[in-house]
Amino acid sequence: MTARHAVRVGSLGYLALILLAPVGLVFWRAFEHGPRPFWAAISNPEASHALRLTLEIAVVAVPLNTVFGVLCALAIVRHRIPGMGLVNAIVDLPMALSPVVVGLSLYLLYGTQGWFGPWLTAHGHRILFAYPGMLLATIFVSLPFVVREVVPVLRELGMEQEEAAATLGASPFATFRRITLPAIRYAVAYGVVLTTARALGEFGAVAIVSGGIAGRTQTLTQYVQASYENFQQTNAYAASVLLAGLAILTLVAMTAFRPREDRRGNRSA
Amino acid sequence: MPRARRRALGTPIVSSGLALGYLSLVVLVPLAALVVQGSKGGFAHFWEVAWNPESRAALELTLGLAAAVVAINAVTGTALAWTLVRDEFRGKRLVDAVIDLPFALPTIVAGLTLLALYGPTSAVHVNAAFTRWGVLMALLFVTLPFVVRTVQPVLIELDREMEEAAASLGAGRVTIFRRIVFPHLLPALLSGVALAFARAIGEFGAVILIAGNLPFKTEVASLYVFQRLNAGDTRGAAALALLLLVLSLAVLLGIGALRRYATRHDR
Repeated sequence: MTARHAVRVGSLGYLALILLAPVGLVFWRAFEHGPRPFWAAISNPEASHALRLTLEIAVVAVPLNTVFGVLCALAIVRHRIPGMGLVNAIVDLPMALSPVVVGLSLYLLYGTQGWFGPWLTAHGHRILFAYPGMLLATIFVSLPFVVREVVPVLRELGMEQEEAAATLGASPFATFRRITLPAIRYAVAYGVVLTTARALGEFGAVAIVSGGIAGRTQTLTQYVQASYENFQQTNAYAASVLLAGLAILTLVAMTAFRPREDRRGNRSA
Repeated sequence: MPRARRRALGTPIVSSGLALGYLSLVVLVPLAALVVQGSKGGFAHFWEVAWNPESRAALELTLGLAAAVVAINAVTGTALAWTLVRDEFRGKRLVDAVIDLPFALPTIVAGLTLLALYGPTSAVHVNAAFTRWGVLMALLFVTLPFVVRTVQPVLIELDREMEEAAASLGAGRVTIFRRIVFPHLLPALLSGVALAFARAIGEFGAVILIAGNLPFKTEVASLYVFQRLNAGDTRGAAALALLLLVLSLAVLLGIGALRRYATRHDR
């Protein structure tokens, strides 16, 4: 029994030291002097603007990536078009790339020296250091999640039911809505949760394209950084707790929508 | 059979075209811009820009830290997965859910939480701010779930009869783990540490507050790129970013090859 206890104490101790204690301490620090300083810190104009901007980006990025994710998963699994293997590989890229690489790529594309930059500037469109650039960066980094969750479910589902529906005269859209969508809805929901978490929490890619101007192009994560570096630790802790609260909600949603193991376990039992 | 061949959501051309178009616009065109701008002026010029003492120090530090992350995660990740699958204790489900927290938590918050406990205002009198230990800790924080989440499902599926057979034949715990369990876990473990490696090479948000701005000491590759860009040296930033892109691609291809190998040789 001692060996088992050693593994348990060792692994859980590591988890506590590296993850639980630091996160716990931030919550404690934020509420150290009661809820009032916390509330003051997150309701100041800069913080509330940052929160609003973060939400405005997520509200556009998440639906776009959801629709694209389902389309892309259908393309990868259902349509045996040459080159789809490559698409499958490219979809994984944003997960493995450094956010700095993502941000710099967009900077090089839309900057004054970039391919699209001069033309867009001449026509009065501002991409860098403005909302569109931040949106593009967020879409880039949160792109793979819905695809990754939906692809395995579509594979397992097979095509028999869809083909049966089509044979009975259902239109492609009706087939999708009545057959495919109900089957993949939990996978989509799980993917949406992950996409949202990434969209709300992205820092590096957005930091490069936004310029992080307080009250204008500063998202909540950038507000955390700016506050910490300006020695306004109360503000940094308060905004962090807000983001950590969202992350914990994400975890709860993830547990609720968790695909595969659990449900399959129930079925076989 | 023309009707039966109709697929959900219209013709393949339309939906694949839409998917491909979106993917190109969002991912491929920006990356192409990086590749073109980063390699402008030919290989010799690229190397001249990419390879200076500071960038070399940054790259060496990044690779060294990523190697340490791989080694530590291989042990702690396997131990955590083992505890979650084979052990029984109160609160196990909660611990299982908490493992994913680094995936859900914004990276800048991860860095800040570590500074709260191990920074200048530390309650335990450990100050890891602006040190390589601090950067390592931040990387361990964000990579914690990878190995656990790849090894755990394999451990759940693993047939315990083999271990029982080995035990009845007189094998000790260590022998059973080394000869029976470990070989089965190896593909999953490798793919887990590869994911952690890729993440450690590129991590930015979690390390920026802890690392400070100390070239040759705590400046990892992503921070070097950021600092070059802020200094107006787009070429220098693009050159090292291109190297990072190539490294990430190599790791991704490696993981893909590993998965294909594992599925071909597994049952």
